[in-house]
Amino acid sequence: MSVDAQTVRRIAHLARIAVSDEEVAPLQGELNAILAFVEQLGTVDVSGVEPMTSVTPMAMKKRADVVTDGERAADVVANAPETEDNYFLVPKVVE
Amino acid sequence: MSELNELSLAEARDGLKAKRFSARELTQAHVAAVERARPLNAYILETPERALGMADASDARIAAGEARPLEGLPLGIKDLFCTEGTRTTAGSKILETFTPHYESAVSANLWRDGAVMLGKLNLDEFAMGSSNETSAYGTVISPWRRNGSEAAIVPGGSSGGSAAAVAAHLCLGATATDTGGSIRQPAAFTGTVGIKPTYGRCSRWGTVAFASSLDQAGPIARTVRDCAILLGSMSGSDARDTTCADLPVPDFEAAVSRGVKGLTIGIPREYRVDGMPAEIQRLWDQGAAWLKEAGATIREISLPHTQYALPAYYIVAPAEASSNLARYDGVRYGLRVPASDIVGLYEKTRAAGFGREVKRRIMIGTYVLSAGYYDAYYVRAQKIRTLIKRDFEQAYAAGVDAILTPATPSAAFGVGEKASADPVEMYLNDVFTVTVNMAGLPGISVPAGLDAQGLPLGLQLIGRPFDEETLFAASQVIEDAAGRVSLPKPWWA
Amino acid sequence: MNAPVNPKKLIKGGLHDWEVVIGMEIHAQITSRSKLFSGASTAFGAEPNAHVSLVDAAMPGMLPVINEECVAQAVRTGLGLKARINLRSVFDRKNYFYPDLPQGYQISQYKDPIVGEGEVLVDLPEGESITVGIERLHLEQDAGKSLHDQAPNLSFVDLNRSGVALMEIVSRPDLRSSEEAKAYVTKLRTILRYLGTCDGDMEKGNLRADVNVSVRRPGEPLGTRCEIKNVNSIRFIGQAIETEARRQIAILEDGGAIVQETRLFDPGRGETRSMRSKEEAHDYRYFPDPDLLPLEFSQDFVDGLAAGLPELPDAKKARFVADFGLSPYDAGVLVAERASADFYEAVAKGRDGKAAANWVINELFGRLNKEGLGIDQSPVSADQLGSIIDLIGEGTISGKIAKDLFEIVWTDGGDPRAVVEARGMKQVTDTGAIEAAVDQIIAQNPDKVAQAREKPTLLGWFVGQTMKATGGKANPAAVNALLKAKLGIA
Ligand SMILES: [Mg+2]
Ligand SMILES: [Zn+2]
Repeated sequence: MSVDAQTVRRIAHLARIAVSDEEVAPLQGELNAILAFVEQLGTVDVSGVEPMTSVTPMAMKKRADVVTDGERAADVVANAPETEDNYFLVPKVVE
Repeated sequence: MSELNELSLAEARDGLKAKRFSARELTQAHVAAVERARPLNAYILETPERALGMADASDARIAAGEARPLEGLPLGIKDLFCTEGTRTTAGSKILETFTPHYESAVSANLWRDGAVMLGKLNLDEFAMGSSNETSAYGTVISPWRRNGSEAAIVPGGSSGGSAAAVAAHLCLGATATDTGGSIRQPAAFTGTVGIKPTYGRCSRWGTVAFASSLDQAGPIARTVRDCAILLGSMSGSDARDTTCADLPVPDFEAAVSRGVKGLTIGIPREYRVDGMPAEIQRLWDQGAAWLKEAGATIREISLPHTQYALPAYYIVAPAEASSNLARYDGVRYGLRVPASDIVGLYEKTRAAGFGREVKRRIMIGTYVLSAGYYDAYYVRAQKIRTLIKRDFEQAYAAGVDAILTPATPSAAFGVGEKASADPVEMYLNDVFTVTVNMAGLPGISVPAGLDAQGLPLGLQLIGRPFDEETLFAASQVIEDAAGRVSLPKPWWA
Repeated sequence: MNAPVNPKKLIKGGLHDWEVVIGMEIHAQITSRSKLFSGASTAFGAEPNAHVSLVDAAMPGMLPVINEECVAQAVRTGLGLKARINLRSVFDRKNYFYPDLPQGYQISQYKDPIVGEGEVLVDLPEGESITVGIERLHLEQDAGKSLHDQAPNLSFVDLNRSGVALMEIVSRPDLRSSEEAKAYVTKLRTILRYLGTCDGDMEKGNLRADVNVSVRRPGEPLGTRCEIKNVNSIRFIGQAIETEARRQIAILEDGGAIVQETRLFDPGRGETRSMRSKEEAHDYRYFPDPDLLPLEFSQDFVDGLAAGLPELPDAKKARFVADFGLSPYDAGVLVAERASADFYEAVAKGRDGKAAANWVINELFGRLNKEGLGIDQSPVSADQLGSIIDLIGEGTISGKIAKDLFEIVWTDGGDPRAVVEARGMKQVTDTGAIEAAVDQIIAQNPDKVAQAREKPTLLGWFVGQTMKATGGKANPAAVNALLKAKLGIA
């Protein structure tokens, strides 16, 4: 499988990365090189093989239902580029 | 030893204990070396005041007879570990202004044990790279040079800052992370020792994520023993990381001197790849011979799915990364490029904040997860991962205790030498290391000699899950036989 | 596959009759102290970003750890829906960018949810009932909240809700009218509240419905559906369905086609409109969350939770019908809220069940509704109401006096028996006293007595006068009998 220029733009938008017109062709070439490289996986017989979901076989740890965190709004917004009254600010979102 | 920073970590520890010098003196020697070595660009951020403050606290503890295991030992921290109150960039412009209000589990463990922080070490952006050329904070230059050449050599990556700093005596040891070989490959390139422990040995909490199912922290140091000491402090269970194992931490340092008598070492025939340089093959044979002399049995084994590990990795890792890096959106922290609408803000911020390699991997990851391709790429790659892991399980079940391979297909290359348009050329650096991450196993890289041009070469030992002890024992045998690599004269100072 | 079409449920279009087909995705906030994957509080109404951990804000390197109580709550709910519980389920990431989604993905369950197929029995008016299939229930994180009216060009983002545990309960498209849909949500809410797994508070957004609506000519295959997002009251669910069905019918009868899309119900305008922001073709790139292992538990764990479940509304209703002789309708009214059912049982214990049901439903619920109070705020306790019923049963007070007594207890409180005593409200059964009153009235109204012989309906007037003369305390049966005898009415 290989990607065309339009797919490169679609993927970039899905990933929310602006790409200029000049960037499309090189990206297309690089992505296709990688896709060509992974093509060989198609030759492996994977019938009946379970996909790996956890590399270490163990039971998932769980938390007790206790409030142990929060009440640190100042920390939460400390690194934010734009805030007001501990809210994060973004350009108006229209629904 | 003329300079305190040339001691091994174990020697420095013992010297402090014997009060032959103070933690402040030891730290000052390192601070000065770090300053002199700025041309190497190993540190993104130096924190000398903090280091000296910590050293003074350690001196007080030593005086009070309350020294902890790493008391007063100056270390460098890969800038992927969040450090409370100290800027953490992950090598990316998008985190240029990010100062965490929390400390990563691994670094917190080191401070708990008394270590001193010299600063934050350079790395490939978000740990994506094998040469440290993708950092937004500049390429790291290896302290090594080819015989008779002044050409800049890469230290490997992504923990290139860690490896270069350790090799150039800019810290006694360093934290590093390994997603596809990012500890072992730079260790091999710089004549240092690096271990990627079993997945789940170290907590991932507070370490900037690249690919969650593959990322593991580990140390880089100048000796096997130093690595064992550091890993002992870095690892341990953590309730905040569901994937971190609830296992006691063994006495890794004690394992160093165990020897290999009675062990069976596997030599996987699939690692004998086409076009492997003769000197790599020779080194590999030499390593097997040393282990045999020390009492191990050498056995050829087969790991039939080896060749698929790298392509499968280049589906799994970018897929996870594309999702893990979605949080860098200019809203809550880090870079923000203003725009009139939210989509524009996201797209401009991420375009400006991420470098080329990171964008490439996010895009590949986005593509392989997208509708219509998920099963063909991602699910298939995860099935192949099951097969790769099964290969190892079968070898271990047949009585193999550890597996010996070359660490890298070549010695370090020059800066800019692999800047071709085909990213796959760079990816091939990880061909021997990536299988270990795919199977979640521990792997160590230990220096074993120099190539014809005088650059270091490493051997890799791969162990059973949670059996890092055997790796320390076997790599100590190699270190003893090969002799400690004498590091290059400081041409940069 | 297609159940027989009930003609009463069809919608009349200009040209044809149409059947509306509805399926629902309900997002129910799990009742828990802390969030699904972090230790931050779930309490409502905090200061901006106060109930936010570094995990909820998706700080670099932060990792999710699951809240075991949220898992238990989902299993309890699954049991309450008579659903298959999956001993192994998987958390997936649903990837998309939105300012109130800090991670850039929502942790949800896609291919392997914690709960599989189940069903809900829904009672409709006129004794009809339907079974609505549940397709699945999965656990997921809630998103934060964006405020759009704080500044002209900015949205304000608050992550207090971000990471709160939700159960998404997906029904099959088994509903055929807005009435059915409303009854389904009402019933589901009742079950959740019985289980204590969701408080069902729709005003706070703790229960929200995404409603999938399509229309078809009876007997035809399913039409193209539209999803109406986040409808937050049961009344609006009904209105949204009616509005959307009529919109679709108008398009189809005009020869148009329905475009599958996400729409928003605007209660002010009484219309649904396309959500342009969600229109962009979504590609969520689901994949298993590598930060979390599969969620696994034993059948013993499930059995333990099953053993601790309360009696659920269907079982309680059946028991009320069987043990107290109630009509299914009355039993249904009583079990709609667990607290009402408990109140009723306390009143009915050792008493006539039907009388108790009458008093609880007609007097108490009527009065509570009038005052806008919940059963737990009732000024009249079950004991007090029980005493009132006892006083009637003993013949101490009449039914009419009992209503006055109820009023007094409602307003002033007190032990009903003591109130009756103190205020002299006891029924007069002494025929001598009643007879004296009757005689007096007959003596004072000879004209009416004469008329009554011709017109027996005048008896009522005499009864009224007698009751008035006795302060309402005369036993009505005795008054009737005496008057009939004395007036010579057969
Ligand atoms: Mg949904
Ligand atoms: Zn949902």
